[in-house]
Amino acid sequence: MNIEFKLNGKTRSISTKSDRRVIDLLREDLGLTGLKEGCGAGECGACTFLMDGQTRLSCLTLAAQLDGREITTVEGLQDLDEGVMIQNAFVAQGAVQCGYCIPGMEMAALALLKEHPDASRDQIRTALSGNLCRCTGYVKILDAVEQAGCDIAAKKERL
Amino acid sequence: MSQVHVPTCLDEAFSILNRYPDARLMAGGTDLLVRLRDAGPNEKPPLVLLQNIPGLADIRLDTSDLCIGSGATFSAIMAHPLVQEHAPLLARAVSTIGGPAIRNMGTLGGNIITASPAGDSLPPLYVMAARVNLTAATGSRTVKIADFIHGPGKTDIRGDEILTLIRIPLNELFPVRCFEKVGLRKSLAIAVAGFCGQLGFAENGTVSAARFAWGSVAPTVVRSAEAEAAVTGNLLGPETITRSVAAATAALSPIDDIRASAHYRRIVAGRLLMRFLENARTTETL
Repeated sequence: MNIEFKLNGKTRSISTKSDRRVIDLLREDLGLTGLKEGCGAGECGACTFLMDGQTRLSCLTLAAQLDGREITTVEGLQDLDEGVMIQNAFVAQGAVQCGYCIPGMEMAALALLKEHPDASRDQIRTALSGNLCRCTGYVKILDAVEQAGCDIAAKKERL
Repeated sequence: MSQVHVPTCLDEAFSILNRYPDARLMAGGTDLLVRLRDAGPNEKPPLVLLQNIPGLADIRLDTSDLCIGSGATFSAIMAHPLVQEHAPLLARAVSTIGGPAIRNMGTLGGNIITASPAGDSLPPLYVMAARVNLTAATGSRTVKIADFIHGPGKTDIRGDEILTLIRIPLNELFPVRCFEKVGLRKSLAIAVAGFCGQLGFAENGTVSAARFAWGSVAPTVVRSAEAEAAVTGNLLGPETITRSVAAATAALSPIDDIRASAHYRRIVAGRLLMRFLENARTTETL
């Protein structure tokens, strides 16, 4: 089937199988390998992307569901002010160990901080609760999201 | 491959169901796609996506019920002021499902049709006497939730029907209530046992009405008329509570599985009721 959607700000029209999983469409057909497949069953959050601003799991979303929607993947972070601040905060806080969960963590952080840059530690924990890190590096990840929130809020204040 | 159909109105969905009798309806897909994946590469039924049918995700009030569209996501339900006001137990219950991304995808209709014994939205729907609307090309009918769900994955829905609306009566909200889910961790955890209870009190302090329901401790959600009768008309003293808990645990038929033993589930389910009753006079409502 033919679908048209906005991917990281650019309109894409593609022909694909209607039941193609979005994670396969993005990674294999479009070469965007940032998001990862962990469990493939909705339990780990490694494949998180945003659709119309909300987090979703690309392993449980079908190509047909993208038609007419606006999606953001981890590759789109560099084009967003909030995205760059999240990336920088993850580096500054040493939040990345093996890195496999990080694209999903950053997308969950983006969905939260775009709406609530002043999110509390508890709100951050809830927002990231669907993303597993098996290096058990949660504390530094939470620190990074907290810092990114402060940076985003401070920048908004200056504007 | 599965052919995915994306109808934009109910009539179009009915005609697709008519043309493809083996088609499966897909709401959020968070259970269905995992089950199809587990069933293997040859399990490729046509899929009918419900997400683009207008109105199917609406949440509104009519004169007697809170009406929640079957396509309303858990995120939309927990954030909706009408649900928070008229069905706070449901708002609380769906906030414990999966994680944020799952709650952005999964729907109330999907949770009901999946009919898992551990479906977190189900105990509140039982204690509030919810009904479901089933619509077919030929007409629609309304069924009580307890009559609609028959067992794990088994419901009363016919192949030509779509679950369109969940109706929650406005007069089924009692002043003292709780929802509790016991899992191995807080997020992305299937319940080991779940409990939902509501109590009303007379002016003399006796219980005027009681509704209790448990999840994950039997093939479907269980109510216990005996446990409810044990407290109704009585003060919540230690003996009354002990009698009610004993009646409740006798009504359960839990299983051993990877998450917990039947023995543990039975004890936990009884303790959830005990804690609710002991706190009931002082607990702040949800």
